[in-house]
Amino acid sequence: MDASASSAAALEQASEHTTGHGQWPLWEVFVQEGKTGSPHEHVGSVHATDAEHALQNARDVYARRGQVTSMWVVPSNMIVASSPEDRGPFFDPAEDKIYRHPHFYKVPIGIKGL
Amino acid sequence: MEAKSVGPHADDALLADFEARIADGETIEPKDWMPERYRWQLVRMMSQHAHSEVVGMLPEGNWITRAPNLRRKVGLLAKVQDEAGHGLYIYCGTETLGVSREALLDQLLAGKAKYSSIFNYPTLAWSDIGAIGWLVDGAAIVNQTMLAKASYGPYARAMVRICKEENFHKKQGYEIMCILAEGTPEQKAMAQDSLDRWWWPSLMMFGPSDKDSPNSAELTRWGVKRKSNDELRQRFVNITVAQAHAIGLEIPDPDLRHDPESGDWIFGEIDWDEFYRVIGGDGPCNRERLAARRAAHDEGAWVRAAAEAYAEKQAARYRSENAA
Repeated sequence: MDASASSAAALEQASEHTTGHGQWPLWEVFVQEGKTGSPHEHVGSVHATDAEHALQNARDVYARRGQVTSMWVVPSNMIVASSPEDRGPFFDPAEDKIYRHPHFYKVPIGIKGL
Repeated sequence: MEAKSVGPHADDALLADFEARIADGETIEPKDWMPERYRWQLVRMMSQHAHSEVVGMLPEGNWITRAPNLRRKVGLLAKVQDEAGHGLYIYCGTETLGVSREALLDQLLAGKAKYSSIFNYPTLAWSDIGAIGWLVDGAAIVNQTMLAKASYGPYARAMVRICKEENFHKKQGYEIMCILAEGTPEQKAMAQDSLDRWWWPSLMMFGPSDKDSPNSAELTRWGVKRKSNDELRQRFVNITVAQAHAIGLEIPDPDLRHDPESGDWIFGEIDWDEFYRVIGGDGPCNRERLAARRAAHDEGAWVRAAAEAYAEKQAARYRSENAA
């Protein structure tokens, strides 16, 4: 999605929950720090009128010190999240598949490099 | 977000699960079930904290144009900008609890919200900027280091970010005090005068003594606070007394004495009447602070209107281009 499209999505969000004074849309902010390929991490949110404004606000709020190399802003209403009730059922397929871990497999003792 | 309420027994089970998670050191996240009372306590505490960051810009902002040199000026400017950022980190945390930033700012501007009593004292001299960085930010660091382990994830994460930035605030303040303390007799007297005026209000920042703190038990039980007001205050005193002595300044407390057994510096009685008077709105600068905050809000109205108009125009252009 380009910046204009995400601005349009955010504006829809704003008009959906106008509280009387019209709070600006909410954007979630993700930053990447350093130059060694660390992932973009969620750091918080900002209010802004459009995508460009959101990036500028995010820079002023979350990148006042020098290490940030990249930043994403996403309209909060565009994020789809698992719900806490799913904590067990949604993720537990991973729990009974111990054969996905190296310690499931048995090899002779003393073999190196495994 | 709505709390699930399918009868009192279901709520009991949810509460037991919630408390067990906190006991296990798990973090509570925005979409998790939480007792209404927990949400209420967090909104109360976090909004007061955010307001304190915002109002805290005013006493120091007062000195930006009068900083004695460019080095001091860029440092102070950066510090005040950080305070604005810290306010935003925490408002962003309260929004995850379903309370809009705008609603909280409206309460602040209407004079209905509390913020730290310390910011209702005047900054009469340049040395007060040193005392604020050293003492007020120093006290805030002690408090916020504890809150960085709070059970509510968004609050704890905001505190981690804030603590990383506050160390510069404290150090720039202490540097100002160091330079003044080793300056002319007049400069040293100025530094001492600031310490005299800011010491007791700084001790009050930790809030009422545990026995008189109505919210402490609940906040502790639910892992928002990990240490009591009195413990934190003692920690701050122990750190700060040595720093004052190191630069030849005297703590303005005739009862102050070192207890060799506990290693603590035992301090005199805090004037709680003054604390409640200032919190209640009758401090030296309460009205001035609110008036300045309201003026800043009103004077920024055209900037907000311009940003909205620009966004509308861009969106209209996008719609017409994509309709074609």
